Amino acid sequence: MLSVTELMQLLTPGGRRITVASEAMSPAADDPPVDVAASDPRPEIGEPSAVDLDLPALVADLTPADLVGFYRDMVLVRRFDEEATSLQRQGELGLWASLRGQEAAQVGSGRALGIHDMAFPSYREHGVAWCRGVDPAAILGIFRGTSLGGWDPDEHGFALYSIVVGAQTLHAAGYAMGMSRDHSTGAAIVYFGDGASSEGDVNEAFGWAGVFGAPLVFFCQNNQWAISEPARRQSRTEIFHRASGFGFPSVRVDGNDVLACLAVTRWALATARAGHGPVLVEALTYRMGAHTTADDPTRYQASEQLERWRRLDPLDRLRTHLAAAGHLDGQREQRLALEADALAHDLRVRCRALPDPDPAMLFDHVQVTDNALVTAQRAAFVAARAGSADGRDVAGGGAGADGSGVGAREGTVVAGERRGSGATW
Amino acid sequence: MVTGGLATNGAATNGLATQEVARASEARTSETRTSEARTSETRTGPASGSAQPAPITLAKALNLGLHAAMAADPKVIVMGEDVGTLGGVFRVTDGLQREFGEARVIDTPLAESAIVGTAIGLAMRGYRPVCEIQFDGFVYPAFDQIVSQLAKLHYRSAGRIRLPVTIRIPFGGGIGAVEHHSESPEAYFCHTAGLKVVACSNPHDAHHMIQQAIRSDDPVIFLEPKRRYWEKAVVDPRPLPDLVTGSVDAVDAAGAAVGLHRSVVVRAGTDATLVGYGPTVRTCLDAAEVSAADDDRSLEVIDLRSLSPLDLGPVLESVRRTGRLVVVHEAPSNVSVSAEVAARVTEAAFYSLEAPVLRVTGFDTPYPPARIEDHYLPDIDRILDAVDRSFAF
Ligand SMILES: Cc1ncc(C[n+]2csc(CCOP(=O)(O)OP(=O)(O)O)c2C)c(N)n1
Ligand SMILES: [Mg+2]
Repeated sequence: MLSVTELMQLLTPGGRRITVASEAMSPAADDPPVDVAASDPRPEIGEPSAVDLDLPALVADLTPADLVGFYRDMVLVRRFDEEATSLQRQGELGLWASLRGQEAAQVGSGRALGIHDMAFPSYREHGVAWCRGVDPAAILGIFRGTSLGGWDPDEHGFALYSIVVGAQTLHAAGYAMGMSRDHSTGAAIVYFGDGASSEGDVNEAFGWAGVFGAPLVFFCQNNQWAISEPARRQSRTEIFHRASGFGFPSVRVDGNDVLACLAVTRWALATARAGHGPVLVEALTYRMGAHTTADDPTRYQASEQLERWRRLDPLDRLRTHLAAAGHLDGQREQRLALEADALAHDLRVRCRALPDPDPAMLFDHVQVTDNALVTAQRAAFVAARAGSADGRDVAGGGAGADGSGVGAREGTVVAGERRGSGATW
Repeated sequence: MVTGGLATNGAATNGLATQEVARASEARTSETRTSEARTSETRTGPASGSAQPAPITLAKALNLGLHAAMAADPKVIVMGEDVGTLGGVFRVTDGLQREFGEARVIDTPLAESAIVGTAIGLAMRGYRPVCEIQFDGFVYPAFDQIVSQLAKLHYRSAGRIRLPVTIRIPFGGGIGAVEHHSESPEAYFCHTAGLKVVACSNPHDAHHMIQQAIRSDDPVIFLEPKRRYWEKAVVDPRPLPDLVTGSVDAVDAAGAAVGLHRSVVVRAGTDATLVGYGPTVRTCLDAAEVSAADDDRSLEVIDLRSLSPLDLGPVLESVRRTGRLVVVHEAPSNVSVSAEVAARVTEAAFYSLEAPVLRVTGFDTPYPPARIEDHYLPDIDRILDAVDRSFAF
């Protein structure tokens, strides 16, 4: 069992709101803290860097409507995620990486961000994207294979997804260094996983952000798994303990508690914005589904562990609290369900309507200035496609069903390059 | 991350490569062979001893090859992300941890630089690490360890240090994947002195080549054509070059099979020569089939197999007969394997060439979103168009 002082909470798994600072740092015994020990024994090494926070005060301003708003965020994000999973099953997406179980960590931290802040996601931060106003259909496009990016990072304060594990932490460190040089009023936050914490890039980002006092919040969602490998394969200490070695503070928060995640992230961002340098937040949560739709977790995951975490569901916790406090009646729940249905329906329609890119787009934006080789390849490609009407008809298939170009017997050599090296494809 | 739909293109092409090879070998050799108990894979190969060997997938052939290598040498260890309990995201290491234990099949922390860097240290202690890089696009964090350390320590130590490290990399596109899962990084490694780079294209070869790579005392970048993982063929107990030439695999000074670095004619032809490796060998064979049926042309197909060092002997021999050469790969064209082949063939067989060496490659762009990858990848049409252009020259 984890020492209770190491897991900050504002909503107990039973849905009780904690209002006393000392209690937030050591949740009361009536609600057992998250039990990771049984499945994930770790050696007791070192002391956590003690951070003394008045957690309840950090969210004292929240109105009941705010709380209902967070609940709505989580319900809609979960529904978006479920719809994406079923779109993948139906062949509309090539792949989907589900955030199920991590809604509170993402909505809590995402809602702590202001307009001058900049978030750097990995590939599972659909809930943060939601909070940053990114169109979920743009995210579906990445997994459908119609785009590699999908949104303007500056417009949303939300960088592009990063599939190369850990790489984005260095971008965030550099961005935050730029923010402090420019006297920005904002801070950066970077999302990464327990697995990512092993990458050199992440540890280098810790070092740099520390040395340069960069206004950067490292937000690690420890969802206990990196594909098939449990978190204990990545680190002998708790991940949040690492910050002290790099010289900056850290906290661990109950990642299934949206209020605590919000409070801790607010504090971390404020610390960074105030010029005190980086903060590491470890949000302890659980990946409730497969790594992606291509994964088969039954090969490595014990069903009892999943069951234990199912009882700690982040949505249930806030719903229980709101219902008990009289802020969420059946009618409101029903309206929300309808809204979720409408969102899912809209996304399904728009996802299926996402057009395949124009093939000539292959050659767009390779770099800012023209590259003669790419230009020549584009010209040959376009010419071959134009000539494909009388192109060769390949018996027995194998050619694209669209009869796509480059089969033309004539016209594939770029003008003036009869002996040229341009048509190299 | 892997996508579905990987198994779709395999069924129709079962065993074709092996049939082609058998045909080619029939055409070239008639002498009897002394194939018995020559190399360890002869004894442990899945096809040995059974009268009617069943076709197996390329992934399974690698799996059995790894198994044989681990059984043959206790110093062989397998290390990588998700290679243990899960058996790898492509299941190439499936069952190995159960069989050989966690000490020899290591689920590593998520750090590619460390996978290769620690493999170097283990190799210095006499181990023979087989590293798995989960996908082509994730080898780059290990780039320094590969090109500055792994490739150079033998040279720097005046030969005192040997690093028998195999780095397995599933490579190439065509599986509808998200970014960084479809790349062809071979040129970077071919450009680096001190590394050997090979690519298998079919189950039979995969099975033998992985064992030869592991036995090599030099570091080997071992490229696996991921979209061909599910294609099936019979695995013959004799390595492919032996099967084709009728010779017996020679062994170099260090005892490693030189057959690993031989290119091989996998379809005999007389009119033009197609050269491919990894995933494009199948595409070339299919193109040759279509060309024979539609154009009455006889295309010879050569599987390079070894990208560094290159074995251009069979290519030159072929080009001297056909006078026409088309080189096909998924990687971009600029400073690529096909560029090297073209330059060397032009140097060595200039007067035999009826047309310039032509290339069919990926474009010099980043790998595109999956929905348009078919336009990026060389296909039958583009290959036959290049053949047309060669004849029209
Ligand atoms: C550099 C790199 N290596 C390997 C991979 C393949 N891969 C994708 S996700 C993943 C596990 C990541 O685990 P974690 O950081 O905990 O994030 P989670 O998936 O749990 O959100 C791996 C190994 C990758 N994308 N990038
Ligand atoms: Mg994780």
